[in-house]
Amino acid sequence: MSTRLFKVWRGDKTGGQLVDYTVDVQDGMVVLDAIHQIQREQAHDLACRWNCKAAKCGSCSAEVNGKPRLMCKTRLDDFVEGQTITVQPMKAFPLIRDLVTDVSWNYTVNKKIPPFTPKPDTNWLMQQRDVDRSQEFRKCIECFLCQNVCHVLREHDLEDKFFGPRFLVRVASLEMHPLDSLDRTALLKDEGGIGLCNITKCCTEVCPEEIHITDNAIIPLKERVVDKYYDPIRIALRVLTGGGKK
Amino acid sequence: MGSKTALICKSLLGKAHTVMAEGGVAAALANVDSQDNWRTHFQDTIFGGKYLNNWRMAEIHAKEAPDRVNELEKWGAVFDRTAEGKIMQRAFGGHTHKRLAHVGDRTGLELIRTLQDKGIHQGIDVYMECTITRLLKDGDRVCGAFGYWRETGRFVVFKAKSIILATGGLGKCFKITSNSWEGTGDGHALGFEAGAEFVDMEFVQFHPTGMVWPPGVQGLLVTEAVRGEGGILRNSKGERFMEKYDPKRMELSTRDVVARSIYTEVKEGRGSPHGGCFLDISHRGAEYVKKKLPSMYHQFKELADVDITKEPMEVGPTCHYAMGGIKVDAETGASRVPGLFAAGECSGGMHGANRLGGNSLSDLIVFGRRVGAAAAEHAKAAPAARIDNAQVESAANEMTGFFGRPNAEDPYKLHIELQTMLHSLVGIFREENDLTTAVSKLEEFKKRVVNVGINEGQRMYNPGWHLCKDLRNMLICAEAITRAALMRKESRGAHSRLDYPKYDDYWGEHNIVSRKNGDVMLVEPCPVVKTQDLLPLVDEKKAKEKK
Ligand SMILES: Cc1cc2nc3c(=O)[nH]c(=O)nc-3n(C[C@H](O)[C@H](O)[C@H](O)COP(=O)(O)OP(=O)(O)OC[C@H]3O[C@@H](n4cnc5c(N)ncnc54)[C@H](O)[C@@H]3O)c2cc1C
Ligand code: SF4
Ligand code: SF4
Ligand code: FES
Repeated sequence: MSTRLFKVWRGDKTGGQLVDYTVDVQDGMVVLDAIHQIQREQAHDLACRWNCKAAKCGSCSAEVNGKPRLMCKTRLDDFVEGQTITVQPMKAFPLIRDLVTDVSWNYTVNKKIPPFTPKPDTNWLMQQRDVDRSQEFRKCIECFLCQNVCHVLREHDLEDKFFGPRFLVRVASLEMHPLDSLDRTALLKDEGGIGLCNITKCCTEVCPEEIHITDNAIIPLKERVVDKYYDPIRIALRVLTGGGKK
Repeated sequence: MGSKTALICKSLLGKAHTVMAEGGVAAALANVDSQDNWRTHFQDTIFGGKYLNNWRMAEIHAKEAPDRVNELEKWGAVFDRTAEGKIMQRAFGGHTHKRLAHVGDRTGLELIRTLQDKGIHQGIDVYMECTITRLLKDGDRVCGAFGYWRETGRFVVFKAKSIILATGGLGKCFKITSNSWEGTGDGHALGFEAGAEFVDMEFVQFHPTGMVWPPGVQGLLVTEAVRGEGGILRNSKGERFMEKYDPKRMELSTRDVVARSIYTEVKEGRGSPHGGCFLDISHRGAEYVKKKLPSMYHQFKELADVDITKEPMEVGPTCHYAMGGIKVDAETGASRVPGLFAAGECSGGMHGANRLGGNSLSDLIVFGRRVGAAAAEHAKAAPAARIDNAQVESAANEMTGFFGRPNAEDPYKLHIELQTMLHSLVGIFREENDLTTAVSKLEEFKKRVVNVGINEGQRMYNPGWHLCKDLRNMLICAEAITRAALMRKESRGAHSRLDYPKYDDYWGEHNIVSRKNGDVMLVEPCPVVKTQDLLPLVDEKKAKEKK
């Protein structure tokens, strides 16, 4: 059986360092398997989050050789043989311990988004093609990897001014729900800070659910905001026709 | 309901096991098969449960599931659609009609996210990453719960007039399982220790199709939706072996039957290279497979290098679901302990000897709603309760006692030993000798678990420390499973005895109930809860299935 050297970040708010562990490698092994092996055999108290081990729950996010990934979806054979694998916690969130970070901020953002509010007197019939888009966004597993890479949050720490890609996706899933009746463009412009996104697409690149965060969610939402608040012709038209949201 | 409600979970909100549910939620909406109705759903459920279900629960479930699914839609869930624009439904094992409302193969995520997004606007206090280790009592009734915060390891006491256990399953007792780390039977154990009864613990569902390779993902679920969408099972000789075991239902036979069939094929030397069998969906065409089973497509592609649109998957049985759990009142989910309720997988009675696919998500929303209402009612009427400091102290001592033990038992090693033992002696096929051996092994485990401990790290986010307590919970579940399996001298549903391969009339009329009596676990038969008005439906189903 071959082995592989891992460097795993160990520590808490007060400090820490990368610690070396040698792991026995099995066929098809993923990084999370290695972390579990270390936990079982070498460091019983190694803290990490996981639930499904199948890329479905979004718990096991970490930075593997500098790249934000789900540990349960990252195969060891994706890396060159013999290459050391470094596992660190997500950088954009405050550290709790080892690989575990404090992601509670995300939950407070979600609370600010007005929930689905159906149109009155709907018959609840929807065509598949009309729900495809909303379904794409609802695939989100809340791994927060996109939040972790977005420079607005990661480098500029604008948590109080910007919802982050995950919650723009969430707003998009509501705004593009065929039967929703609310208009969340004001929220997007002000509290949501959608203007802060400069479409670098880093979020889309890391999304394990392959949601087209920028192209399908953020850009159309930006267009709605622009339409409503900045486009004089359309504003005039809307006044004339009394046009609503969709 | 106007009651102050706290939601406590040991993971982050929205990460519970439910997020993994794939195939769908069963409800007789009759959107695809217009003949479907609650009666047929009821009949399918009790036939699947081999008539050991609490009839009233199965009735309530079948009647109320459609309303609950529609309610989810009103709260924002976006199910796949039929051509007319209604909620789409698919076929599943044991269901007469196309009955499972679904969203591709990520139905559980849709359900949990819908409830999460609804819940956070209802004024519910959410306490995440907080693990309850003991229920506190005031005389007969429960009055609170003791636990620790994962982040800091500090202790917390919640005072409450009503407590609902909704802690999910116990799959982590077994070696190969589809369950997440959370499935350690906490609610089962908490309820049992507080004086509630277990019912049907011998019935542990082995899902026929878990991944068998690579080793790291062994046990990971391959949704039944693959078979629902037309997947075919073959052995190493290329034979479609379900023809032998259930020619009528074939791949869509009930889970117990399919799991045993695969197990038998492997045992008789017709297994696949990694000890399973083949499941093939490639004949449905790449586009269809990717649309209908997207996460299965990715799961195999990414974890096993298998393209399921071109080649078969390798699958084998995996421990999946606990039919057994806290014995509850059908209408309210109340246990026999005043103030203590249970719903979802940790409750028992609804599914009898074997659960049908899709009947768990519907169970959650039907009984989740009922139990919430009943618990609120109870809380309003109940007088103030008193927290007993001695109980709190004893719960705290249990948790701190895991540190600094000389020659402590290693929790990780003990866990693997327990899983291996249970898997081999109390697994898919059981017999007297194995079961009596298991009982005596469990007595040894009980002595060893007293001395389980950890000497690394502190109380801050320390998974080794957490496992020490989880192990004690699993051990309670393991004992209940084993003792009930030993008592039930017949084969029925998920319980297969090599030494008693047939149905037995007496056992067909009895559930097995267990409870704590001092330091021992009392196990005894108890007549099935029947309802006279449902008798004609049950008899009709029995007559039909005999034909
Ligand atoms: C891979 C997979 C696929 C499935 N597919 C389907 C399907 O298609 N259709 C279907 O009907 N069923 C399916 N099932 C079964 C179904 O998903 C589960 O039975 C169901 O989700 C259990 O829900 P629950 O609410 O009872 O428990 P869970 O969803 O497991 O939730 C338990 C909650 O209790 C908390 N908890 C546990 N212990 C403690 C403690 N000590 N202190 C504090 N909190 C605690 C947990 O943190 C969690 O939040 C599937 C199961 C699996 C594993
Ligand atoms: S595209 Fe926008 S949201 Fe996405 S990472 Fe870049 S700035 Fe952030
Ligand atoms: S949008 Fe993608 S990357 Fe962002 S939280 Fe959701 S699944 Fe993760
Ligand atoms: S453990 Fe669930 S996404 Fe990795």
